Amino acid sequence: MIRSVPRSRWFDGLYLAYLVAFFVYLALPLTVTAVFAFNDAPFPSLPWKGFTLDWYLADGSGGRTGLFHDDTLLSALWVSTKIAFWVTVVSVALGCVNAVLFERLEFRGKEFLYLLMLLPLVIPGVILGVSILVFYSGMANDASRLWGVELDVFRPGMTLVVMGQVTFIATLATLVIAARLRKFDRQLEEAALNLGATPVVAWFTVTLPWLLPSILGAAAMAFLMSFENFNTTVMLTGSDTPLTVALFNRLREGSTPVLNAVALLLMVGSALLAVMAMGRSRDNA
Amino acid sequence: MNASAGRLSLWLLLTPFLLWIVLLVLVPHLQMLRVSFQVRESWDTLAWGLEQYQNFFTESYYWRTFVRTGVMSLFTTFLTLLIAFPIAWYIARLARGRAKGLLFLACLVPFWASELVRTYGWMILLRESGLFSSWLQALGWADGPVEMLYNDVAVIIGLVYNGLLFMVVPLVTTLDGMDENLVEAGYDLGGNHLTVLREVVVPWAMPGIVSGCIVVFMLTLGSYLTPILMGGKDSAWFTGQIFTQFITRFNWEQGAALGVLLLVLSSLIVWLGLKLSGQSLRKVMG
Repeated sequence: MIRSVPRSRWFDGLYLAYLVAFFVYLALPLTVTAVFAFNDAPFPSLPWKGFTLDWYLADGSGGRTGLFHDDTLLSALWVSTKIAFWVTVVSVALGCVNAVLFERLEFRGKEFLYLLMLLPLVIPGVILGVSILVFYSGMANDASRLWGVELDVFRPGMTLVVMGQVTFIATLATLVIAARLRKFDRQLEEAALNLGATPVVAWFTVTLPWLLPSILGAAAMAFLMSFENFNTTVMLTGSDTPLTVALFNRLREGSTPVLNAVALLLMVGSALLAVMAMGRSRDNA
Repeated sequence: MNASAGRLSLWLLLTPFLLWIVLLVLVPHLQMLRVSFQVRESWDTLAWGLEQYQNFFTESYYWRTFVRTGVMSLFTTFLTLLIAFPIAWYIARLARGRAKGLLFLACLVPFWASELVRTYGWMILLRESGLFSSWLQALGWADGPVEMLYNDVAVIIGLVYNGLLFMVVPLVTTLDGMDENLVEAGYDLGGNHLTVLREVVVPWAMPGIVSGCIVVFMLTLGSYLTPILMGGKDSAWFTGQIFTQFITRFNWEQGAALGVLLLVLSSLIVWLGLKLSGQSLRKVMG
């Protein structure tokens, strides 16, 4: 099974058929979702009744409410954006600090702490959510019952969602940034120090610009992962529902092409973000 | 830099890390463990006890779902590996130039959409009024609408789909670094396809296989959306039960116990996988 090793023709044919089948399998669900966002029928199913933009633009007068007039979905989109923003800021900041900590410093127990850092990647998302709910929301309940103090930040809601998502997204951000820091030539920094820069100045003028592509990449990844997350989010969300949870609730009531419209918007949005992040990291590679 | 400045910068960098790990990971999990051993006697008094765990073992619905979730996750992981391996092999070893990059990109694209969108796409395809059903009728292979959603096969199709990327990427990465001479040597020494695959390729790809399997297993075991939306009444998933205890029934003590059990199961299987394959968490994850 290698270029220089002869293979039989039927094996090659079979292999090719398998490849085609695989990529069809990969593309099919997304394609149909995208296509039915434009079907002029009340359900995302066949037959095809013609092209329409109603599922984006309809203002509710014709019995249809398009995405851009659907206040519930729009506010959910805004909630998700706010959450993703904070998750990105906190995770990337933590990622930078952790990367320097593990790549640059030597201290006792480093290996053990590194393993602790990886831990959130092998804990199911639901459990991360549950444990934070039990601890913080439980604390808020106790404080209210025992002392009459209301700790509303720790009740299910935006703060808890951000905390839950940061738990594992910070690990991923750390891995991305640490990988780039590992390739940094420390002589550059030493040269800056020799030329009279203080360590802080050297860090901001030499090391940070080197890390910037990975920081932007980690930020794009953190934003996307936060935006898409469901498992952790659903345990921690309060009255301000993020988009994934709002979509899930809609989907349980039954599906309409508005869901397809949102899905397509999400696909395009994340594809753009991914392409931007990938393009940048290639420029600076 | 003198010693005290070094210590200062160590602590400045260590503090955010420790705050994160202690406040968001360690303490919450210990608290979850603690709550799982609590028994509610009345609305404001709690006692220690094993009641939540006893419920799990005496209520067959709990442990049956638990075993089912574990077995189905293992099966899904295995199936994902089988499906992804030839694809990864093609991308890493056979495709050239532009095709290689494009095929790899094609594997990434579905994962720019969220799990919810992917699951929704499958629902449109598989349900009674869905596309497959319409096509079958149009071709005359079925007389009426066919329901393909809400069963275990549908759940596995969705779960495998969700896991593919996390299997393909590590496989491509490890296979890419393999020396072709090794494979040729295998053939020169008289090996056939099967022995070369077993003795040369698989051992070489082991780190990728293990990291892919661990991530896919973890994601599958902990997934909630796909089994709930695509599974039928009999396809309960353990995360669904945890959700019910916490959100619907507000029984945190029972929910915490179920959470601990799921965590134990996932840690145990991940640990076993690492031990059996001789890999370390640091090597496959970091």
